[in-house]
Amino acid sequence: MARFGMVIDTVKCVGCTDCVVACETENNVPVGFARDWIEQIAIGKFPDTHVEIRSERCNHCSEAPCVNCCPTGASHHSEFGGVVLVTHNECIGCKACIESCPYGARFVHPEGYIDKCTFCIHRVKEGKDPACVSVCPTHCMHFGDLDDPNSEVSKLLQKRKHHSLLPEAGTSPNIFYLT
Amino acid sequence: MYEITTTRHNHLVDSTLHAWSWQIPTYLFLGGLVAGMMLISGYFLFKGRYKENNCSCYYLPLFSIVLLSLGMLFLFLDLEHKAYFWRLYTTFQITSPMSWGAWILILVYPALILNILMRVPKPLINKIPKLKNLSDEFLKHPFGIKITGIINMILGGMVGMYTGILLSSLGARPLWSSAVLWLLFLVSGLSGAAAFVHLIAKNVYERELLAKADNGFLVIELFVIAMLIIGLLTSSKSHMAAALILLSGPFASSFWVFVLGLGIVIPLIIQLLAVNHKIHHTPVAPIMVILGGLILRFVIVAAGQYSHWF
Amino acid sequence: MTYLSRRRFLKISGASIIATAALSSAGGVVKGAKKLEEKTGKKIKGIQKIPTYCSMCFWKCSAIAYVKNGELWKIVGNPEDPLSNGRLCPRGTGGVGAHYDPDRLKAPLIRKNERGEEKWVQVTWDEAFEYIASKMNKIKKDYGPESIGFFSHGIGGGFFKHLLKAYGTRNIAAPSFDQCLGPRDTAFEITYGDVIGGPERTDIENAKCIVLFGSHIGENMHNTQVQEFAKAVERGASIIVVDPRMSTAATKAKYYLPIKPGTDLALLLTWINILISEDLYDKDYVKKYTFGFEQLKAEVSKYTPEWAYPVTGIEPELIRKTAHEIARFIPSALVHPGRHSVWYGDDTQRGRALAIINALIGSWGRKGGLTNQDVFDIPSYPYPPYPEPKRQRADNPDKKYPFGGAEGYTTGLREATLTGKPYPIKGWFVYGTNLLYSLPNTEETIKAIQNLDLLVVIDVIPSEIAGYADVVLPEAVYLERYDELFAPYFKQPFVSIRQPVVDPPNDQKPGWWMAKQLSEKLGLQKYFPWKNIEEYLDTRLKSAGLSLAEIKKKGVIKGPEIPLNLEEGFEPEFETPTGKIELYSTVLAEKGFDPIPKFTKHKDPPAGYFRLLFGRAPMHSFSRTQTNRLLDNVMNENEVWINADVAKKYGLNSGDYIKLKNQDGVLSNKVKVKSTERIRTDCVYIVHGFGHNSRMLKGAYLKGASDSQLITKYKIDPLMGGTGMNVNFVTFEMEV
Ligand SMILES: Nc1nc2c(c(=O)[nH]1)N[C@H]1C(S)=C(S)[C@@H](COP(=O)(O)OP(=O)(O)OC[C@H]3O[C@@H](n4cnc5c(=O)[nH]c(N)nc54)[C@H](O)[C@@H]3O)O[C@H]1N2
Ligand SMILES: Nc1nc2c(c(=O)[nH]1)N[C@H]1C(S)=C(S)[C@@H](COP(=O)(O)OP(=O)(O)OC[C@H]3O[C@@H](n4cnc5c(=O)[nH]c(N)nc54)[C@H](O)[C@@H]3O)O[C@H]1N2
Ligand code: SF4
Ligand code: SF4
Ligand code: SF4
Ligand code: SF4
Ligand code: SF4
Ligand SMILES: [Mo]
Repeated sequence: MARFGMVIDTVKCVGCTDCVVACETENNVPVGFARDWIEQIAIGKFPDTHVEIRSERCNHCSEAPCVNCCPTGASHHSEFGGVVLVTHNECIGCKACIESCPYGARFVHPEGYIDKCTFCIHRVKEGKDPACVSVCPTHCMHFGDLDDPNSEVSKLLQKRKHHSLLPEAGTSPNIFYLT
Repeated sequence: MYEITTTRHNHLVDSTLHAWSWQIPTYLFLGGLVAGMMLISGYFLFKGRYKENNCSCYYLPLFSIVLLSLGMLFLFLDLEHKAYFWRLYTTFQITSPMSWGAWILILVYPALILNILMRVPKPLINKIPKLKNLSDEFLKHPFGIKITGIINMILGGMVGMYTGILLSSLGARPLWSSAVLWLLFLVSGLSGAAAFVHLIAKNVYERELLAKADNGFLVIELFVIAMLIIGLLTSSKSHMAAALILLSGPFASSFWVFVLGLGIVIPLIIQLLAVNHKIHHTPVAPIMVILGGLILRFVIVAAGQYSHWF
Repeated sequence: MTYLSRRRFLKISGASIIATAALSSAGGVVKGAKKLEEKTGKKIKGIQKIPTYCSMCFWKCSAIAYVKNGELWKIVGNPEDPLSNGRLCPRGTGGVGAHYDPDRLKAPLIRKNERGEEKWVQVTWDEAFEYIASKMNKIKKDYGPESIGFFSHGIGGGFFKHLLKAYGTRNIAAPSFDQCLGPRDTAFEITYGDVIGGPERTDIENAKCIVLFGSHIGENMHNTQVQEFAKAVERGASIIVVDPRMSTAATKAKYYLPIKPGTDLALLLTWINILISEDLYDKDYVKKYTFGFEQLKAEVSKYTPEWAYPVTGIEPELIRKTAHEIARFIPSALVHPGRHSVWYGDDTQRGRALAIINALIGSWGRKGGLTNQDVFDIPSYPYPPYPEPKRQRADNPDKKYPFGGAEGYTTGLREATLTGKPYPIKGWFVYGTNLLYSLPNTEETIKAIQNLDLLVVIDVIPSEIAGYADVVLPEAVYLERYDELFAPYFKQPFVSIRQPVVDPPNDQKPGWWMAKQLSEKLGLQKYFPWKNIEEYLDTRLKSAGLSLAEIKKKGVIKGPEIPLNLEEGFEPEFETPTGKIELYSTVLAEKGFDPIPKFTKHKDPPAGYFRLLFGRAPMHSFSRTQTNRLLDNVMNENEVWINADVAKKYGLNSGDYIKLKNQDGVLSNKVKVKSTERIRTDCVYIVHGFGHNSRMLKGAYLKGASDSQLITKYKIDPLMGGTGMNVNFVTFEMEV
C-alpha cells in the first residue's frame, strides 16, 4: 500500500504563503481558517541568525493520535495512501482530535465538523499534485509515495538531510523538511 | 533566542489552544463527583448499611443521576456537530477513551437505577406506586444488593478513572500526559463526593465518617498532585515547561491559591480540627472542597491546552 | 521608460511570429468569457478555464481563471507564460478575493461634503460623466487643457492617457518612476544607454554569484525573479545579501552583510576598488566595452576596506572576502541592480556604482548576468495625431532634473499644483494609484488637492485618495474586463491578453468603456473610432498577424527566441555618447554632476530615534490588497521589526502594541512589535501599505501602521527627481 507524504525544501521556501492561499481557493476553506500555514523559526544572535522557513499542515501521521482518540471513527486512515481524513457526517465535533494533535493541524469548520488538510486526495486521485504543491513558485514542495523507494520524495530523503516535526511526540509524521 | 512566527490563526486553536472551554471541565467535574458518589453509595450497599434509615448515602444515586445527566448535557453542549451525536452509539472505538466513556456512562444509568430501587424516595413512590413493590421485592435479595453495590463501585471507579484518562490519552498536551492524572481525578471525585455527604448528612456518625474519609482523600490528593508535578518536572523539556505553567506560569495563582490553598489545604485543616472536636463542623469546608474540585478541572483543562510540545 | 531610451521605442522585431502550442491543460476546454456565454441566457454549468493576465501587481503574469458553475473559483498560472511558468505568486492566486472583496466600490459617486470626509451621493454613469465633462470644459476655458494632470499606474490607465492626450495635456505621471525604479533605470541609461526595465533583464537563473542590495526577493514577490532565485539557491549559487535587515533572501545567503543603512555606495566603491587594485575584474570585457577606466581607477583608490569599515559597519575582511567571491564567478556573477531604488536622494549615483561594478565583472550580455531583451511588436492603433500642447510639461519645468523621465514626475506635478508654477494645475485624474500612500508627505498631496477644481479617481476600492475625490468612478476588477494587450521587453518576447472571466458584481465598468464614454461628452469621439474593445484589440492583433479569437484561447503568444547573451551571439551596442559603457559618464560631466560616483554621508538618526525602513510582504501589494479577504487571511496587519536588544531596553515584547512617532511629531496607528534578531539596532522596519484610514475600507481600517504617513521627509535626487524616502526617523510611543 502506498504511504503518501510530502518532502518540503526549507532551503528554497521563501514563506510566500502561496500554498496557503491556493489551499483556500482549491478547497473552499472558509475565510478566517487555514489548513496550512507558514512558520519561520529564527535562532541565534543578529547577524548570525539562522532562519528556517517552512510550510506546515497535517502530517498525516502513521501513528495518528487524532485517529486513535476519535470516538466515532470519523477520523480515520484512508485506504488511499494512508491519508488521514475526517468523515463529516460521522463527526460529532467533540474536538478530542483537536486536543490530541500536537501540530495544531485541525480546526472546527463553521459547519460543525472537524476540518484539516486532506492531502487534496480529490486531486491526487486524478493524478495531480495537491493544490499547494502545484502552485508553489519556488517548487520547494514534493508529494508522493514514501513507501516507493523510486519516488521523487523517497529519493530526496535519501539524498538530503531532513527532519520531521516533533518526532518525540511519537506520531510518525509523513511530512519531511529538507535542510 | 528562539523566535517563531506563524501565519496560522485558526479559531479555538491559535494563539493558544482553547477548543474546550467551560463545558468539558464542568462535565469532568460532575463525572468525577458522580464517580465518587457511586463508590461511596456502592460501598455502603456492599457493607449492608442500606438498612439504616437515615443514611444520606441513599440520596447519592438520585443526585448522581441528576448530576450525570447534567454533565452529559454539558458534554452535548460542547459538541460542534450536535445533530450527529447519535454517531457515538453506532460504533465502539477501542482506542478512544471517549468512546469507552460514552458506553460506560450508558451502563451507569441502570446501575444507578438499581441503586435507587434500594430505597425509592417518597415523592417518587407517590407518583409511581408500583415502584414500592419493586423495591420491596428487591430488598428480599441481599446478594443482589451486594452485587449492585459492587457494580456501582466498579462503574464509579471506571467513570472516575475515565475522566482522567480522557485527558491523559491526548498525548499532545504534555501537562495531561501523566500516569497519575486518572488517580488525581478519581481521588478528587471521591473527596468531592465525601464532602458532599459531609455537607448534607443528618446522621452524625455518617458525617464524621465521611469527614474523616475526606481528610484522607485530601491528603492522598495532595500526594498525587505532588507526584504529578514531580513526574512532569523530571520528564522531557516540554513536560517540564508544562509543570511550570502551573507552578510559576499563567495558571500559578489559580493553582496555588484556589486548587491547593482554598481547595485542599485550608478545608483539610478545618476538617481535621472538626473531626478532632477542636471546632464545630462547618459547611464551609466541604463547600470549599467541592468548589476546589471544580476549579481543579478548570485549571487542568485550561493549563493543559496551554501546554504544548516543542 | 526614459527619454534616453530611444532603442526601446525604435526597436521593432521584424521576425515572423511563432505561435505557441495550444494550452495543454486548457486546450479544448476554453469556452471564452462567461459574459459572452451568458448572452445566451443560460446558466453555465461545470468548469470553464479562461486565460487572462494578472493585475495583482505590475508584473502581469499570465493566468488561467477557473469558473465553476458560473462563479469564480480559482486562478492558476498559465504554463505557456514565460513570466509565471504556470505558477502564480500568492497575490495572483488570491486574485479571487479581489472579485469577492465586500469593500469594493459599487457605483459612481459624487462628493457631497468637504473633501476627505468620505460623504457621497450615488449617481448614474451618465451624471458622473456629465459632471466631469462640464468641469473639464471650464478648466480648459479658464486655464487651458494642460491644466489637467493625470496620475496613472498600471496598464489599465492607457485608455485614459489616450483620452487626456487627445484632450490636450501631457502632464502625465506615475509613481513607478520617481517613487520606484527611476534612479536605477536612469543610472543604467547613463552608463549603458539602455535601461534594466521591468520585467528586469537579470538572468538570476544562470548566475553563479548573486549580490542583492536591499532587493528582498521572496518578500518582493515579482514572480519570475523569485522563481529564478529559488533555482539559483537550489543550484547552490553563491548569494551575497547586503541589507540592514535579515530579509528572506538574506536567510538563504552565503554571506549576509548587515550594512548600516544609507552606506551602500561606500561598500560598492570599496568593492570596485578591490576589483581594480587587485586586478580581479574582467579585463577583456572592460577593455572592449567600457570608457573611462583610468579615471575610475584613480577616483576609487581612496575607498579601502579599512576606510569602509567605520562607515558601513562591515568588517574589512568580510568586504575583501565578498569582493573576491564575486570575482571568483566572473563572468557569471550578477550584482542585482535593484528596483525600488528611491532611498536617500543620491540614488542615481548609487545606481551608477551598481552599473559600474556590473561592467567590471562583465555582466551585461553575459549568461547569468544582464540579458538581452526584446519585445513582441504589435503596432499601435491607427489613431489621429494628438493636438500639440502649447505649454511645456509642468512637472519638470526647464528640465530642473536633467535626466530621466517620460513617465513624468508625480511630485513635480504635485508641486506645480501647489504653487501654480509654471502654470496652475486645476484638475487631476487619478487611475490605479493611491497617491496618499505612494507619494511621500501626504500633507503636501492634500494641500495640492485643495487647489483643484476637479479630482476624478478611478479605483476598485475606496482607497484613501478616493476619499478626497470629487468624483469616484468604480472600475471592474481585472477579472471582469478587457484591457490593453501586454507585450513587454523580456528575454522571451510575448504578447498576452486580459479578458473578462466573470461579470462585475454591481455597477462597475471597465476603464476603456469609461474613457470612450467620456470622449463622447468631451467631443473627442474621433479618438475612439472603434465600436468596442474587442474590435480595438482585434485590429491591433490583426496588424501583427494574430487574432483576438486566437489569443483569447491561448492567453499568451510567444515571439521568436532571441540571442540572450554573448555566448548565444548577442552583440551589445551601447547608445551612450561614447558608444561604450561609460564608467566615467560624459553626460554627467557635461551637466556638472560627478562623472564618477562619490560617497557622501547621510544624517544619522538622533539619540532615541531609529531609521524607518520599509518594504514588501509577499502576500500583499502596496496599499491595494489589504481588504482582499484571502490575503488578509494570511496577513492582516503589519508589525514593526525592532532589534531584540533594543526592544528589551524599551521593555517591549513581541505582540505588544506601540505607536511610532517620526521626527516631525507625526504619530502612527498602533502597531504590533516584532522583537527580532533579524534587524540592526539603528533602524526599524515595517511592511508598506497597512494602517489604512479610509473608513470605507472596512477590512483594513486602522490595521497596523502606515509608513506613508510617517514619511514626511524626503530627499530629491538632483539628477532625476526621485524622492528618497529612507530618510525618516521614528521613536516609540508606549501609550496606545
Ligand atoms: N509582494 C510584493 N512584491 C512586490 C511588490 C509588492 O507590492 N508586493 N511591489 C513590487 C514593486 S513595484 C517593487 S518596486 C519592488 C520593490 O522591492 P525591492 O526593489 O526589493 O525593494 P527595496 O527597496 O530593495 O526594499 C526593501 C529592502 O531594502 C532594505 N533596505 C532598506 N534600506 C536599505 C539600505 O540603506 N541599504 C540596503 N542595502 N538595503 C536597505 C530593507 O530592509 C528591505 O529588505 O517589489 C515588487 N514586488
Ligand atoms: N511609503 C511608501 N511609498 C511608496 C512605496 C513604499 O514602499 N512605501 N513604494 C513605491 C513603489 S515601488 C511603487 S511602484 C508605488 C506604487 O504605488 P501605487 O501604484 O499607487 O500603489 P497602491 O498603493 O497599490 O495603489 C494602487 C491603487 O490602485 C487601485 N487599483 C487596483 N487595481 C485597480 C484596477 O484594476 N483599476 C483601477 N482603476 N484601480 C485599481 C488600488 O485599489 C489602489 O488604490 O508606490 C511607491 N511609494
Ligand atoms: S508556496 Fe512554496 S515557497 Fe511559498 S510559502 Fe509555500 S512552500 Fe514556501
Ligand atoms: S498532524 Fe495532527 S491531525 Fe494530522 S494526522 Fe497527525 S495528529 Fe492527526
Ligand atoms: S471531533 Fe469529530 S473527528 Fe474529532 S474526535 Fe470528535 S468525532 Fe472524531
Ligand atoms: S494538500 Fe491540499 S488540503 Fe492539504 S494543505 Fe495542501 S492544498 Fe491544502
Ligand atoms: S507577480 Fe504575482 S501579483 Fe504580480 S502579476 Fe505575477 S502573479 Fe500577479
Ligand atoms: Mo515599484
